[in-house]
Amino acid sequence: MSSTVDRDLALHLDSLRQQKGETVKVEEVGDVVRSLLTSLSGDVSAGDLRLFSEVQALATYIHNAKMEIAALRPQDIQHEYIASATDELDAIVGATENATNAILDAAEKLESLTPDLAPEVGQRLTEQTTLIYEACNFQDITGQRITKVVRALKHIEERIDALVEAFGPELERPAEAPAEAVKEGFPSDEDLLNGPQMPDQAHDQAAIDALFDNS
Amino acid sequence: MAVDKNMHVLIVDDYKTMLRIIRNLLRQIGFVNIDEATDGSMALQMMRGGNYGLVISDWNMEPMTGLQLLREVRGDAKLKNTPFIMVTAESKSENVIAAKEAGVSNYIVKPFNAETLQAKMVSVLGEF
Repeated sequence: MSSTVDRDLALHLDSLRQQKGETVKVEEVGDVVRSLLTSLSGDVSAGDLRLFSEVQALATYIHNAKMEIAALRPQDIQHEYIASATDELDAIVGATENATNAILDAAEKLESLTPDLAPEVGQRLTEQTTLIYEACNFQDITGQRITKVVRALKHIEERIDALVEAFGPELERPAEAPAEAVKEGFPSDEDLLNGPQMPDQAHDQAAIDALFDNS
Repeated sequence: MAVDKNMHVLIVDDYKTMLRIIRNLLRQIGFVNIDEATDGSMALQMMRGGNYGLVISDWNMEPMTGLQLLREVRGDAKLKNTPFIMVTAESKSENVIAAKEAGVSNYIVKPFNAETLQAKMVSVLGEF
């Protein structure tokens, strides 16, 4: 690039710094490059133009990528979906542990009956309770596998956290889309099918009965 | 020499249900003096204050893992000869090699059955 271009470029960059400070937003890079190109005088080579053009294209690409990421609503993924998934997985571990303990309680009670039984019957009962104890191994294995999944989800959550922090307010939640109109005053099947509730949020049978009887 | 089924056995696992399962299986094969710990450091403390003829330990526990417990045991003049069986879901060859290098007496992969538990105990303690 010639010294004329260098000088012009330096002057324009100084002017831009005064207007925008040291940091230029990605979506403004295109305008900045355009402004530089239109105001440059002197000997601008084809290579220089190609370079400016590439920088502009790169800025546009980054800007579009950010818009697409913002449209994915990463904060929703982080705060709603991942948080909910880890809670559900913790609930699975808790529920299987409770079920396993109930099975073990029953097996131990059965086994305690063996002294009152004929030896060959007692022996057969012991063999069957052994099989129950062995089968209950599953709780430890599923618990460990679920813990691995929870760790993976937490890692994803951390990465999203970093992404949101890096993009700052540009990724702030867009306005909530208006809820779909409820047909004929009733929620849809889709709205109603949420699977099992978390234990601390679920109604017990007595509450359901009360609701049923009073509605 | 015959195995004394009255020996004290220490089982170590952070899953309470697993402790319960192993305790029941041990009871079925005649071992009655069974103590439980929920991680390596608790187990080490119990071993230093007791007299255990066998340790059956999980690997993946916090804050002290089963492997760390094993290394502590093998490095302790009083405890170093205690038979130590690792019972774990870690089944990669490098795990088995690491445990062996640390001095484990035998290695059982979860999920396991009563027959495997008994067979490994026999290989470590002798026939009972």
